[in-house]
Amino acid sequence: MHPGSVFFIVLRRMRAPLILLIIVYAVAITGLTLIPGVDAEGKPAPPMSFLHAFYFVSYTATTIGFGEIPQPFSEAQRMWVTAIIYLTVIVWTYAILNILALFSDRAFQQALAAGRFKRRVAHLNEPFYLVCGCGETGGKVLSALDEMGARAVVIDIDENRLAELELEDFRSETPALVGDAAQSSNLLAAGIKHRCCRGILALTNDDAANLAVAAHVRLLRPQLPVILRVEHDDIAARMHAFGAHLTINPFATFARLLALAVHAPALYRLHDWLTGTPGALLAATRDPPRGRWIICGYGRFGHALVAELLREGMEIVLIDQHEVKAPGFTAIVGSGVEPDVLTAARVAEADGLIAATDDDLTNLSIAVTARQLNQDVFIVLRQNQADRAELFQALAPEMIMAPAEIIAHAALAQLITPLLPAFLRAAENEGDDWAWALLARLRMQLGSAVPHCWQLSIDDNMAPAVLSLLIEGREVLLAALQADPTDRSQRLATTALLLRRDDADALLPSPETPLAVGDQILFVGARKARAAQELIARNLNVLDYTLTGREASGWLWRCLGKRVADSPEADEHLG
Amino acid sequence: MNFEKVVFGFFIVLAATLNFGFFLGDIDKPEHHHIYELFAAIIVNLIATVLKFGDRTQIGAIHLATSLVADLQLIAAASVWAFAVHVTGEGMTPSVTSSVISLSGGALLANIVSLAILVAETVMMRR
Repeated sequence: MHPGSVFFIVLRRMRAPLILLIIVYAVAITGLTLIPGVDAEGKPAPPMSFLHAFYFVSYTATTIGFGEIPQPFSEAQRMWVTAIIYLTVIVWTYAILNILALFSDRAFQQALAAGRFKRRVAHLNEPFYLVCGCGETGGKVLSALDEMGARAVVIDIDENRLAELELEDFRSETPALVGDAAQSSNLLAAGIKHRCCRGILALTNDDAANLAVAAHVRLLRPQLPVILRVEHDDIAARMHAFGAHLTINPFATFARLLALAVHAPALYRLHDWLTGTPGALLAATRDPPRGRWIICGYGRFGHALVAELLREGMEIVLIDQHEVKAPGFTAIVGSGVEPDVLTAARVAEADGLIAATDDDLTNLSIAVTARQLNQDVFIVLRQNQADRAELFQALAPEMIMAPAEIIAHAALAQLITPLLPAFLRAAENEGDDWAWALLARLRMQLGSAVPHCWQLSIDDNMAPAVLSLLIEGREVLLAALQADPTDRSQRLATTALLLRRDDADALLPSPETPLAVGDQILFVGARKARAAQELIARNLNVLDYTLTGREASGWLWRCLGKRVADSPEADEHLG
Repeated sequence: MNFEKVVFGFFIVLAATLNFGFFLGDIDKPEHHHIYELFAAIIVNLIATVLKFGDRTQIGAIHLATSLVADLQLIAAASVWAFAVHVTGEGMTPSVTSSVISLSGGALLANIVSLAILVAETVMMRR
C-alpha cells in the first residue's frame, strides 16, 4: 500500500461530516447576521456582523458557551440560537464520532500498520533476514536468529501468530507484516530489494506460497540466498527450475538421518551435535538397530522412510488405513492404535517402530501400545505440533521427528553457516571411525553441550586485520586465530572444521595452514572463543600479539619501535 | 450520468461564479460588493475543497491545490474586511475595499484554473 494512503483514507472518510459541518455553520451564521438584536434600553438594534456571528457559532457549536456576547440577545435571536445549538452540536459530535470510528476501523489500522512496517524496513541499516511465515518453524528460526544477534523481518498471513510474536521477548525489534508472502507488494515492502537483506526463508506451510517467494527472489534478487520449505516433490522440482539451491523437505531429511543413524551412528551423532541448538544437552540414546521395522502410516513421511530403510536392507512391515500394494514389504490394513493390528504385525519380535501418521494422538497411542507389547522396541515418534512436546517427552521415545525443528535447524545451518552442511556431507565420505575419533576429540575440548558453529571469511568485512597483514605480504597462520588474545600460549576452545579456498574444501585444516585472502573457515567452539576470535580478526594489535607475541602498541610507539629496531645502537642496547 | 460528478461540477462552477459575482464592480466602491456574496463564496469554496479530498491522482492533487489557494485568498479577504470594520474601526474605505477585492480577484484566478482542469478532465474522458 502507498505510504501516504493513510492520509487519503482519512480525507476521504471525512468528506461527508466536513461538508455537513460547513453547511450548518453557514446556515447558522447567515441567520444570525439577518435577525435583528436589541440594545440595553430594549430598542431594536441592527443584527450581528459576520465576525460576531462566526465567533458566537464557533463557541456555541463546540459547547464552550461564553454566553450572549456582545450584548443580551433579542427574543428572535434566542429562538434561532436554540435551533442552531442543537444542529451544530449534533453535527460536531457526528464528525468526531466519524474520526473515532475510522481509527478503530480494521482496514484503517492495517493501512497504518503497513505504512509503519514499510518505514521501519526502509530505515533498517544493518543486515537482516526476511522470514516468510512465522508458524512453529518460523518462530523457532526467529528466536534462533535473535539468539545469534541477527535482525529479521517477518511476513505472515495470520494476524494472531504475529500478535504472539510480539509477546516474545526478543532482544531486537522485528518488523512484522500481516499479509500473503506470495504477493509482490508484500515482499517488496518487506525489503526483498533492500540492500541489507542477507537472505530469505520461505517457511510457510503452503508450498505454493513458498514457490512464489522462490520466483520473486530468482527474478528480483538472483544472488540472494533463499531457503524454501517444501513438502511435495512436484513443487520442489518447480522450485529447482527457479534456480532454488536449497529446499528443505522435513520428511526426506529425517528419513535420511535415520538411515544415517543405522549405518553410521557416529556420523549421525556428529550431525546431531553440530546442528543442535547451542547450549542444549543431547540425550544419550541408543543407536537404531538393524532388523525388523514396523512403520505406521504411509503418507509423505511413510514414503520417505520406506525408501530409505529399504535401501538399508531392513525388513519392513507397513500398517496403514488403506491397502498398500508395493513390492519389498508386508502391508497390514489398520490404524496401529488397536493392539490386534500391532500383534498381527508381530510387534513383540520387531526391532523398531515408527509412528508416522499425521495425527499426534494416534502416534502417541501407537507408541504406548507398542511399548506394552515390547519393552525393548526402538520407537520413533512423529510430532506434528510443537505444543505437545511435554507429552512426547514423557513417553521417552528413542527419537522424535518434529518437522518444525528439522526445518528450522536445517535452514539456520544453511543460512548462517553454509559451510556446515558441506562439512557434514564431506564427513559422510570419511566414514564412521573418523567421525568417532573427531567426536571424542571435540567433546574432550568443548564438553558435551551443543557448541556454537560459525564461519569466518578472510575479507574486509569479517577479518580486516588479517586482510591488511596478508596484503602487506606477511604470513598469517590459522593458529593465530585460535590463540587466546590474553595469553597466546593458551589455545581458545575452538577447532577449525573446514577451510574452503577457491571452491576446494579441506577437512580439519591444521593450525599451521597459512591463510589466504578469500578463505572461508568453519569453526566449532564455545561462545567466548568466538567473541575472542572476532577480536583477533578485527583488531590489528591483538592479531599482531597472537602472531608474534609483541604487545599491542599505538602508532607513535610503533614508529619509535621501528626506529629503535632499525638503528645500529639499538642492537647494542638490547645486548 | 453520475450523480457524484454532477455535485462535484456544480460546486466547482458555483464557487467560481460566486467569486466572480463578488469581484465584479469598481474595485474601491464598497457598495458594489455585497458581504453576503463574499460569505457565500467562502462557504461554497470550502465545500468544493472538501469534495476534492481523497483523490490520489495527479489531476486530483492539482484540483485540491487550486481550491486551497482560493480558500486562502477568500478567507484573507474576509479577515481584512473584519479587521478594518471591527478592530481598527476605519470601516470600508476605498483602500480597504480595493485590497479585499484584489484578494478575491486572486481567488477568482485559482477558481478559473480549477474550472479549466474540470473542463480538461471532462474532455479527456470522452464519454
